[in-house]
Amino acid sequence: MTIDQNKIRNFCIIAHIDHGKSTLADRIIEMTGLLTSREMQAQVLDNMELERERGITIKAQTVRIVYKAKDGEEYIFNLIDTPGHVDFNYEVSRSLAACDGAILVVDAAQGIEAQTLANVYLALDHDLDVLPVINKIDLPSADPDRVVEEIEDVIGIEAQDAPRISAKTGLNVDQVLEQIVSKIPAPGGSPDNPLQALIFDSLYDSYKGVIVFCRIKEGRVKPGTTIKMMATGASAEVVEVGYFGAGQFIPCEELSAGMVGYITASLKNVRDTRVGDTITDANRPCSEPLPGYKKVNPMVYCGMYPADGAKYPDLRDALEKLQLNDAALQFEPETSIALGFGFRCGFLGLLHLEIIQERLEREYNLDLVTTAPGVIYKVHKTNGEMIELTNPSNLPDPSEIEYMEEPMVSAEIMVTSEFIGAIMDLCQERRGIYIGMEYMEETRALIKYDLPLNEIIYDFFDALKSRSRGYASFDYEMKGYVRSELVKLDILINKEEVDALSFIVHSDSAYERGRKMCEKLKEEIPRHLFEIPIQAAVGGKVIARETVKAMRKDVLAKCYGGDISRKKKLLEKQKEGKKRMRQIGNVEIPQKAFMSVLKLDDK
Amino acid sequence: MKELELYIHIPFCVQKCFYCDFLSMPVDETVRRHYVRRLIEEIEYKSQQYKGYEITSVFFGGGTPSILMETQIAEIMEALQQNFSIQKEAEITIECNPGTLAHQKIITYKESGINRISMGLQSTNNRELKMLGRIHTYEEFLHNYDLVRKSGIENVNVDLMSALPGQTISDWECTLKEILKLRPEHISAYSLIIEEGTPFYQTYEEDEQRREEGEEPKYLPNEETEREMYQLTGALLKEKGYMQYEISNYAKKGRECQHNIGYWTRKNYLGLGLGSASLVENVRFSNTSDLQEYLAGDFEEREREVLERREQMEEFMFLGLRMIKGVSRGDFKKAFGVEIEAVYGEVIKKMVSQGLLQQQAGRIFLTEEGISVSNYVMSEFLLKI
Repeated sequence: MTIDQNKIRNFCIIAHIDHGKSTLADRIIEMTGLLTSREMQAQVLDNMELERERGITIKAQTVRIVYKAKDGEEYIFNLIDTPGHVDFNYEVSRSLAACDGAILVVDAAQGIEAQTLANVYLALDHDLDVLPVINKIDLPSADPDRVVEEIEDVIGIEAQDAPRISAKTGLNVDQVLEQIVSKIPAPGGSPDNPLQALIFDSLYDSYKGVIVFCRIKEGRVKPGTTIKMMATGASAEVVEVGYFGAGQFIPCEELSAGMVGYITASLKNVRDTRVGDTITDANRPCSEPLPGYKKVNPMVYCGMYPADGAKYPDLRDALEKLQLNDAALQFEPETSIALGFGFRCGFLGLLHLEIIQERLEREYNLDLVTTAPGVIYKVHKTNGEMIELTNPSNLPDPSEIEYMEEPMVSAEIMVTSEFIGAIMDLCQERRGIYIGMEYMEETRALIKYDLPLNEIIYDFFDALKSRSRGYASFDYEMKGYVRSELVKLDILINKEEVDALSFIVHSDSAYERGRKMCEKLKEEIPRHLFEIPIQAAVGGKVIARETVKAMRKDVLAKCYGGDISRKKKLLEKQKEGKKRMRQIGNVEIPQKAFMSVLKLDDK
Repeated sequence: MKELELYIHIPFCVQKCFYCDFLSMPVDETVRRHYVRRLIEEIEYKSQQYKGYEITSVFFGGGTPSILMETQIAEIMEALQQNFSIQKEAEITIECNPGTLAHQKIITYKESGINRISMGLQSTNNRELKMLGRIHTYEEFLHNYDLVRKSGIENVNVDLMSALPGQTISDWECTLKEILKLRPEHISAYSLIIEEGTPFYQTYEEDEQRREEGEEPKYLPNEETEREMYQLTGALLKEKGYMQYEISNYAKKGRECQHNIGYWTRKNYLGLGLGSASLVENVRFSNTSDLQEYLAGDFEEREREVLERREQMEEFMFLGLRMIKGVSRGDFKKAFGVEIEAVYGEVIKKMVSQGLLQQQAGRIFLTEEGISVSNYVMSEFLLKI
């Protein structure tokens, strides 16, 4: 089957979280008849259990649809669903680079949010034609006219004829389909040029090996072609090419310029097929790779330990398996005095961390103890050496440190005007540097701050939501490293330092953090037969203290014939609780205490 | 001949006390009559399976067994005597609420073979009694107690309760001293437990939580006060010739409750009546707790649980340690064919080193400190986890 390049439309859908991206994707798939609604499970594209539960997209998903337009012609739509979270910004940018246009979904009630803007700018950066769509017009609070105005004012794109739809009910979704045909350009490129294809995702399949998702920009590729990844240098012979059906891979003869599809080529490791890399024909290479490739590096690190020390090999196996599909996940073995053998793992962000953690627990049935996440600090030593510090325990002695640097991000927060004060307070508390503020309209503003990354990886998002009653939205990007007064905060439990609880903190926040940490640990640590002091210390100096009082009385006053089974269950529960504890010195610490540092905002 | 204890449950009372989570409810007389009829049927039916057993004790518990007419108790006793072989010297106890006794009742009890009366008093302070939701005053108790004594019943227990909301140590001391004047043979002194599903739970849940976390409670006595009350109980009672033989039980010499000791030494017992529990040859089971089902004649065993050797050992320990004299190494070996050290050596060592257990003359028992945190000690003897 030959495909007319002019009849192809490659596009993605961008939106702020909850504005209806996945629902619209589902509706498009359903209305083009790829699947009947009976076959459809809600949100076809989010196919990981976790994704569906959380309502977010983690991995890019792609589907090919045939649409019979009103002009009587059949068009091929390649819908590339992009991840919806700042942690995966780079993946988003590569997915966008695979498209020629983007549908911008805006909630008719909420209007533009921070992520909307971030995504639109990203799309415009990639020269995509942006097609605005006003969704959820069936909501009582919908105000599409206002939103149209907002889109025109704030983003500066024409929105008068934006379809006003309800993705939920399907109302006016047909207009969206028609506009995809009329407003999104057909892909360029020539099948006769040397092969130049962009990798926008890859996954590992135990039967097919690595499956590379790509957009052919120039040339053609078919089974037998020897391909080469221009950045990693890996090369292999193509085994199969094809396109994306609904939830399945459909092989075809070849992929040519303008097409979106997949390639399998006896590749064993996703690390060879980095997102953003360019595939070319080893025998007839293109002159230069496509722009924009970068190797993504973890931004957030934490220690992961099996709750049951004997499960260490299982954890290693599980991490290796996950890494097959997730080139951004890094890990290396480490040992903690408190927690035993485990791994220091690197992630793109906190969501990425949580996802991996949940997958390890659910899919691999592992019970984990996770230490507080941290960022990479640059430690400049007096001897001129520079260390990239990912584990606070490895911080050199202060006398050997010349100075330290920490990563900063540029953050944009969109918020209704009544919460501006509260949000600015929050940013100030988190050592933010005020950059500026723009009013989107009378009641809404976009606040810009530079924030240290280590201040937002904990509970910043939760704090933001709670202080704005859920109204603030947030987006950020990496800015670079700045010099900073950082110290290591140590926690002593019953006079013993617990390495797994140490973390790096700005010296101005050390006292406050230490105090909250002690309070939190006091809640988490059960009473023992003796009193347990909990102390926070910087450089050997105690800066905060709490005490877990000794347990003085724990007795069942009555235990007669009818009580025995029930009372035994009580005792079992008591002992069961101890199983999930870590013994440090003679103190039993619940495993979740190691994560408790994550939630320290008390507003 | 094999031995068996009988427990007879009477799930009725005049009014639920505010702290009570027992299976008990106020019902009208018709229901009570119907219940007694079913109970006798159950006795006749179940006794068939226990022909080879000798009954060493009987205990009427509740609820308030004394809420029944004395003739009903006599009928039940009659049924027991006819269907089981009860030892001549068996201890036969009935729990009585001080607001429900009368001269004739006690005489009938005695004539039917009952030889021990347990009176639920809780406090000698009328304000405290009211706060607990008790239906009687201290004066009514005194009157009833006098009737019991006059009837010639020689074995009497009084239940008391400490650690009440707002109670001070001297309040508790008053209750103890008042009762000691009466010289009952046996005293059970419990610390109030705030049980889920009771009115007290609704009122004091938060306070209890605070106390559990080691904070200062607002209404309930704090842990330190509770401990002092407990120590005071032991000291005062000892002075008057009562020996503590279990966490909450004290008796004059030879007056320990044989029936209850049976629970802690894992003797066979058969529960009869609504919701009653049984342990027979290492199988635990219980009756329905649904009054309608029971009244419809449903005597099927429920929650049947065959105890594995491991569970038997666990029970041996956590029940046996409730007694002040603790457990005997010899008994353990006799029951399980292995030395106690082989199973619990490490735990015992750990608990001894923490000063919570003590070993002496072939016995292992809780220290005073160990009693205070006995849940922790006992939980350590569970093997599965």
